[in-house]
Amino acid sequence: MAKLPVSDQQLIELFGPHLNFQPPGGWKDESVHPPEKLVKTHCCFCGQQCGIQLKVRDNTIIGFEPWEEFPFNRGMLCPKGVKRYLQSSHPDRLLDPLLRTDSGFRKATWDESLDFTVRRIREIQEKYGRDAVAMYGGASLSTEKSYLVGKFARLALGTRHVDYNGRLCMVSAGTAYKLAFGIDRSTIPWSEIPKAQVLFVIGANIGDCAPITTDYIWRCRDNGGRLIIADPRITPIARNADLFLPVRPGTDLALLLAMLHVIIRDNMVDRDFVEKYTTGFDQVAASVRDWDPRRAAEITGVPPDAIEKAAHWFGESERAIAMHARGLEHHSKGVENCSAVINLCLATGKIGREGCGPTMITGQGNGQGGREHGQKCDQLPGQRHIADPAAREHVARVWGIRPDELPQAGYTAVEIMNAIHAGEIKALLCLCFNPLVSLPDSNFTREALSRLEYFGVIDFFMSETARQADVVFAGSLHEEEDGLGCSAEGRVIHWQKSVDPPANARADSAILIDLAQRLGRGQYFQFEDKDALLNELREASRGGVADYYGITYDRVDSEHGVFWPCPSLDHPGTPVLFTDRKFYHPDGKAHFMLAEWRPSGDPIAADYPVFLTTGRVVSQYLSGTQTRRIGALVEQYPEPRVEIHPRLAEQHGIVNNDWVRVTTRRDDVTLQALVVKTIRPDTVFIPYHWPGIRSANRLTHRTLDPRSKIPEFKVSACRIEKVSGPESSPDSRPAHANATEGR
Amino acid sequence: MFGYEFYIDPSRCIGCRSCLQACEECETHRGHSMINFDFIDREEGIQSAAYVCWHCDEPTCAQVCPADAIKKGEDGVVHSSLKPRCIACNNCVLACPFGIPKMWEPEQQMMKCDMCYDRTSIGKRPMCATVCPSQALAYVRPEDIAHRREKPSNTFVFGNQTITTKVYMMVPEPAQAVIIDAADYIWEARR
Repeated sequence: MAKLPVSDQQLIELFGPHLNFQPPGGWKDESVHPPEKLVKTHCCFCGQQCGIQLKVRDNTIIGFEPWEEFPFNRGMLCPKGVKRYLQSSHPDRLLDPLLRTDSGFRKATWDESLDFTVRRIREIQEKYGRDAVAMYGGASLSTEKSYLVGKFARLALGTRHVDYNGRLCMVSAGTAYKLAFGIDRSTIPWSEIPKAQVLFVIGANIGDCAPITTDYIWRCRDNGGRLIIADPRITPIARNADLFLPVRPGTDLALLLAMLHVIIRDNMVDRDFVEKYTTGFDQVAASVRDWDPRRAAEITGVPPDAIEKAAHWFGESERAIAMHARGLEHHSKGVENCSAVINLCLATGKIGREGCGPTMITGQGNGQGGREHGQKCDQLPGQRHIADPAAREHVARVWGIRPDELPQAGYTAVEIMNAIHAGEIKALLCLCFNPLVSLPDSNFTREALSRLEYFGVIDFFMSETARQADVVFAGSLHEEEDGLGCSAEGRVIHWQKSVDPPANARADSAILIDLAQRLGRGQYFQFEDKDALLNELREASRGGVADYYGITYDRVDSEHGVFWPCPSLDHPGTPVLFTDRKFYHPDGKAHFMLAEWRPSGDPIAADYPVFLTTGRVVSQYLSGTQTRRIGALVEQYPEPRVEIHPRLAEQHGIVNNDWVRVTTRRDDVTLQALVVKTIRPDTVFIPYHWPGIRSANRLTHRTLDPRSKIPEFKVSACRIEKVSGPESSPDSRPAHANATEGR
Repeated sequence: MFGYEFYIDPSRCIGCRSCLQACEECETHRGHSMINFDFIDREEGIQSAAYVCWHCDEPTCAQVCPADAIKKGEDGVVHSSLKPRCIACNNCVLACPFGIPKMWEPEQQMMKCDMCYDRTSIGKRPMCATVCPSQALAYVRPEDIAHRREKPSNTFVFGNQTITTKVYMMVPEPAQAVIIDAADYIWEARR
């Protein structure tokens, strides 16, 4: 049922992506019609959550002004932030609900589209059972919307299968931090970064993916701090590294195990800290005994003396911070990778004090707040586990139901798609998620979506995924509804409503609440205003690890954000975790976790001899639903290109701008080469923001980390060859010919 | 803004082009960016550089202007050509040792970075230096820049011409050789 009604090309003509270059009324309009007000809010892209002021006139966003008083970014913005305002008043904006017809989509009323959805959900659940319906949420939703997604799925749909696209982001880090500390949050705010003497950054392309963090890192260097960077590529910040470790994709763990080996061998362990505040050290110490740097060098390609030096710099410094992001986390051993970083910090006592600690750089807009209050398949509000009887009791009481009415844990995001493919799940409601571009192995995803008996999408633009839907509900942008977010630092912030949704589009939360009412569950979704919704969330989170009880809109506005946990209204919030050396496990200790070496799920072989890794560019965000519609951002990096080292390129007769076919065990894509010396010669890199024949995720594989279920985006096996050009395809666009512009 | 100076530090630049994107949002030249931006040599490395006009103490662009259309204000800011005087001869474009002035063909006028005098005169920092995520472009007080690794200099030598500027370049202390090829860091390559 959920196949394309008409061709991609026809849908693109109707719904975009089209490029928006200018503010409403054109460049000259603002001098004639100045803004009526500046609204203090945040960027909608990425987990940095920079403060920004939006210029508003006539219920329309016409531009931006830096917000210099907001302490995290002090006015700084990356190009996505500068141009974010152009997503508003965009010509592609969905203004009405749409129903699929044989010849495309037609405008529908809300009654028609909602009633159709309710009827289909009921029919499918009567025929196949409640769990035949699944719900996808997303980590660009506000914290309240994320909370509503979890509650809506479990109480209104009555399904156990609800999960979100944060599953593709940093769940392996979250799992590792929960295992080690009992809490899933960065252990420090960014203000600690300049205080470190050593910064160890592994698998984090900070310049492109967390640009504002660069200034914190440079300030650390100004203070005399030394920078160690482990990455297969010389990224913009790696250029300034005091020590660069060119780790082979998929082998970070070997590097980390060897560093711990050296730290133990050369007596850099903080014995007093380990003894008093941790468990499990001896077992971990035994597990790294065989990991001398020589062995790790064979696996990682990092010289043994560089590994020794990194371990000594980190171990001997008084204050050191270890930062990581998707490069470490997107692996079938993602949890082990992050546990190994945590083990380095625990062994050397670098946690809970100034300028110390492990830090995950959460990537999505509300990547932190979106994973705290119940849209994860095994989670209830407050970072509670859904299998915990006390947690079920508490949340059931707040929601006014019996604990046994709460479903148990369901499938994770990729598992939901697997179950759709297998025919176990028949209906899907999708909000803030573009799985056709962002899930690994997109041919599999496309086939799975075509097997759905009902597919509803809530979105503000016609994403590639929405094209497959039976119903597309015109939802709301970031700036069209009040909500809280939580930044990568753990700072809870206010996304201030700046304008109303245009025409017949509606707030996402209003759509969910209306659906709940039509499903006969409206009594659980009665909220007078934004404070009423937040108050229920505060109660639901109360006493949990992610305790928001002390957080109100007034406090967030007057204090420039509040760091959770914040259990009471007079609590100052918790910027630095564990300053009292108390961890969130029942025993109060931090737990060393075993991290044992495993190869990746898509191994290199004679016919697939090159490593493929994927990632972001600075001017695009995630699956590109928003940023591929903003002209200036598209012009900055118009097409994905495959980065190849000149040595590898030469072996295949490839020069810059040549067309290169990259083939994995799933599929192939053909892109232009960007021949650069900034990547390992055994590795190629492709950014993943594009759909169709340019999509990196046609190549990636569905191997999951066994505990966190994060896919292994960061390493696949491929082969490359020079070809004359791409095969034509409906969604192909003219290639970009300027060699030096792309990167 | 009294007491503030403009500093450019290419060692901090991450090539994000936020300055370029933000400049075209500015009031006086909306839709046109005045930032000069380049990757130095993308095949060899990731080094990028973004820069504004250096606002020379004795601006070459003004010296070579036959129409006397380029003026320096009392605050040291060198402005775009005066529209009524500019004859679009391109002398300034050719003569500037930094390559800053641009001829806007439709308007037949030379336009260049004016250090956001419309913003600085009302207590705001220039747009590019406000948004720059790496603070490679910075508009701060001298005491706030003093602790950086790189140190400010505003003297440039072009052959026989020595130029002093309002804007400062941050330059490194004498550095050791820098390896720029990822392959040369790899163990196998060094064995």
